[in-house]
Amino acid sequence: MAFIPHTSDDIARMLEVIGARSIEDLFDEIPAELRAGTLNVPSALSEMEIGRLMTERAAIDGRPLNFIGAGAYEHHIPAPVWAIATRGEFYSAYTPYQAEASQGTLQLIYEYQSMMCALTGMEVSNASLYDGASALAEACLMAVRSNRSSTSRRILIPRAVNPTYTQVAQAIAGNQDINFVPVDFDRSAGRTLLEALKPHAGQDFTALVVQQPNFFGSLEEVDALTDWAHENKIMLIAVVNPTSLALLKPPGQWGAVVAGAQGADIVCGEGQALGVPLASGGPYFGFMATRMQYVRQMPGRIVGRTVDLEGRPGFSLTLQAREQHIRRSKATSNICTNQGLMVTAATIYMSLLGPRGLEAVAQASMQRTADLIAALTQVAGVKRAFTAAHFHEAVLLLDRPPAAVLAALSRRGILGGLDLSERYPELGHAVLVCATETKLAVDIESYAAALADVMSASRAAA
Amino acid sequence: MTELNMREPLIFELSKPGRGAGTQFPPPVAGAAQVPANLRRKTPAQLPEVSELQAVRHYTRLSQMNFSIDTHFYPLGSCTMKYNPKACNSYAMLPEFLGRHPLGPEPQGFMACMYELQEMLQEITGMPAVSLTPMAGAQGEFAGVAMIRAYHRARNDAARTEIIVPQAAHGTNPATATMCGFIVKEIPCDANGDVEIEALKAAVSPATAGIMLTNPSTLGVFERKIVQIARIVHDAGGLLYYDGANLNAILGKVRPGDMGFDVIHMNLHKTFSTPHGGGGPGSGAVGVSARLKPFLPLPIVGKDGARYRWLTERDLPQSIGRLSGFMGNAGVNLRAYIYMRLLGREGMVRVAEFAALNANYLMKRLQALGFEAAYPERRASHEFIITLKQENKAYHVSAMDVAKRLLDYGFHAPTTYFPLLVPECLLIEPTETEAKEDLDRFCDAMASIREEMRHDAEKLKLAPHTMPVRRLDDVRAAKQLDLMWKGLTA
Repeated sequence: MAFIPHTSDDIARMLEVIGARSIEDLFDEIPAELRAGTLNVPSALSEMEIGRLMTERAAIDGRPLNFIGAGAYEHHIPAPVWAIATRGEFYSAYTPYQAEASQGTLQLIYEYQSMMCALTGMEVSNASLYDGASALAEACLMAVRSNRSSTSRRILIPRAVNPTYTQVAQAIAGNQDINFVPVDFDRSAGRTLLEALKPHAGQDFTALVVQQPNFFGSLEEVDALTDWAHENKIMLIAVVNPTSLALLKPPGQWGAVVAGAQGADIVCGEGQALGVPLASGGPYFGFMATRMQYVRQMPGRIVGRTVDLEGRPGFSLTLQAREQHIRRSKATSNICTNQGLMVTAATIYMSLLGPRGLEAVAQASMQRTADLIAALTQVAGVKRAFTAAHFHEAVLLLDRPPAAVLAALSRRGILGGLDLSERYPELGHAVLVCATETKLAVDIESYAAALADVMSASRAAA
Repeated sequence: MTELNMREPLIFELSKPGRGAGTQFPPPVAGAAQVPANLRRKTPAQLPEVSELQAVRHYTRLSQMNFSIDTHFYPLGSCTMKYNPKACNSYAMLPEFLGRHPLGPEPQGFMACMYELQEMLQEITGMPAVSLTPMAGAQGEFAGVAMIRAYHRARNDAARTEIIVPQAAHGTNPATATMCGFIVKEIPCDANGDVEIEALKAAVSPATAGIMLTNPSTLGVFERKIVQIARIVHDAGGLLYYDGANLNAILGKVRPGDMGFDVIHMNLHKTFSTPHGGGGPGSGAVGVSARLKPFLPLPIVGKDGARYRWLTERDLPQSIGRLSGFMGNAGVNLRAYIYMRLLGREGMVRVAEFAALNANYLMKRLQALGFEAAYPERRASHEFIITLKQENKAYHVSAMDVAKRLLDYGFHAPTTYFPLLVPECLLIEPTETEAKEDLDRFCDAMASIREEMRHDAEKLKLAPHTMPVRRLDDVRAAKQLDLMWKGLTA
């Protein structure tokens, strides 16, 4: 029997102890009229059979050459990362409620929190949230709890922020009557200009969201945006890519020093780039960091270092008074879990790469994207959409609708980018492309050659 | 020597400038791409610099400080810590699945698995439609309650501002109701663990949006008046929300849809054995009755002829929206799919049967050893509660002391102090994958601990004695916050 160890002798002896005649007796408190009939689900497969089925299904999906980013990034994942993360002691453990029997997970999370503080330049990190998009939703709710000078529950959210993140924030935080006010981006630069914010100056807003790099891959002028927010008593929520932080100014250092404080108030983002595979969109992990003054408003698990009976250092979950299992309806969030396993992977990843390795990944990704843009804009009918400096993504404009072009590329085994024409119709035939360190010169050449072919074939057919 | 062996420095303490796992670094790429000076990082991020072996050894050693299902009996009540089959992980980690970008063309192989998973979950729960997108149980709860809210609003019934929650409920239930903008009304349970019907009748009104229930409840017993409860809430115009935390207890025996529930979330990481991973990722699929179908969160896998496609806002314009950047914890869902196919129709029913057999056996044996069951007149579901209030009075030992001492005997502790309304409680869930011998060993440990209570209570109060650390000072942890390695700020 699948995963059931009981022999018929075991069953008989156990029923005898219970004082029941049959296993069926154990369900005699369920009203008879509610009892289910036979389930209409397939019969059991052996491991060999499921192995064949899954291998066949995986083969259908193949392994295309991928140039899509848009919030999920293909990076090299060192072999030790998942070899260790899938050890049963990490993989099959639960939330470290029994701290003394969970020191491995707890110490690892403490190290993770320290690494995320190092990357973001913030004072405290939680143990992770579900993913980047839901982390932004939680950051918005946290800002409403934290910003004592605002009562409006209105949050400025640039259109250059990943539109799915905005949708998710709306779906989650909208239930608490939080309103999201869009801020337009500059059509030629591809970033959020201070001019677009100025009409909102002097009004009551709870927070301004700034994504760096933004959804288009463009680099925002984060110092000016941060200072504007703080001058207007608006909290700044930074949404950042952790790989980029090896090169970019950490959010904790954005803007001017005012009364001894500097930078973003809440930092969040998608952690997937740190050693987590693309895997159809999850599981990933969201990260969140803030200043110490807001730590009690931060959602999610937090690990602290303390001492045991003998005064030796050890680790445990702390500040649990914020959480649902203690505060119930008054908790900071309903969240229980973090994404422990993904954090395990990310911590091992960051340890293996270190500051120099992560910087090399970021630099190589940026350079490969620059090379990709240079190669693709050589193709007739392809140009760059924006002038702003970019990190490892950029928007291209085609002279025809992207859908057919991308479909033709896909038939050649190339995922050529994300069609933006539905998300941003005003941009025209826009495609968001990405290259990371995993894309070599030969890959970029293949893409450029395929694109030239597809574009000219499409032109000839027209 | 023991102490030395058990302790492991922080990874930062192993770091030396200039060291690194060089083979993991990408080769340099020639070119002039550069971040503008005003946006550039000034000093390197202070991540550790260690060799590959140092990192491997460090994290392997940390792993060895954990209890886990693979290494220990882990009867953590309400968490369903059953065996996570290795095949589920191996086949979910095939390179094609791992390498697939979520925004690429609709992957027919992967989506076939997800579509079939949706169908199996519909059948098991008796709900006509399922969305796999919520990323954890709490997010599934959120989706469920948000759908209840959207349903009432769509009917212009905005006066429904209250959610009823029994006192025994998981903390997430009231927290979720608050997140969705509802007022929480708590109602008591009676001495036998059933909801107090009179209190429910008094609580419902035209302001009732719905009720959140776990069945079997967190008290480890089946809610016998469920049909009556459903009628009372439905008659008042409210909807019934099923918290699937305890679905393992009734798999194939009774379906939430047949009990009258309108919406359910399932913890795929409990009932369908995806890994708990040290606290996540989970997956909290939601199922709904026909009237809530238009409000399901997106995306959902649909099928046109032989082709699978993502259903979007165009298909479900009244959807409560998107809850994740892509499609939820896809890889977790894939593991649940594999697990369900391995169990099949035959295996699913056995899950509930043997979970119940193990729980009832363990409860009777512990009672025979002198422990007090909180609901001795009732059948255990897949879990049960022991209350140590007598022992607490007689020997001044607490449930926490017993929990910590169990670690020394090589068992993960049961859930302690939950549900809150049973004093000094242990919530024990053995799951169906434990052998009788392991349950018997657990009973032997509990018998020894009982002896120790009488003769050497200090041993319990100072437990654990054999873990990498002794009992930790949680008060200090919360008062003298040390949340990151301070070497970083230097």
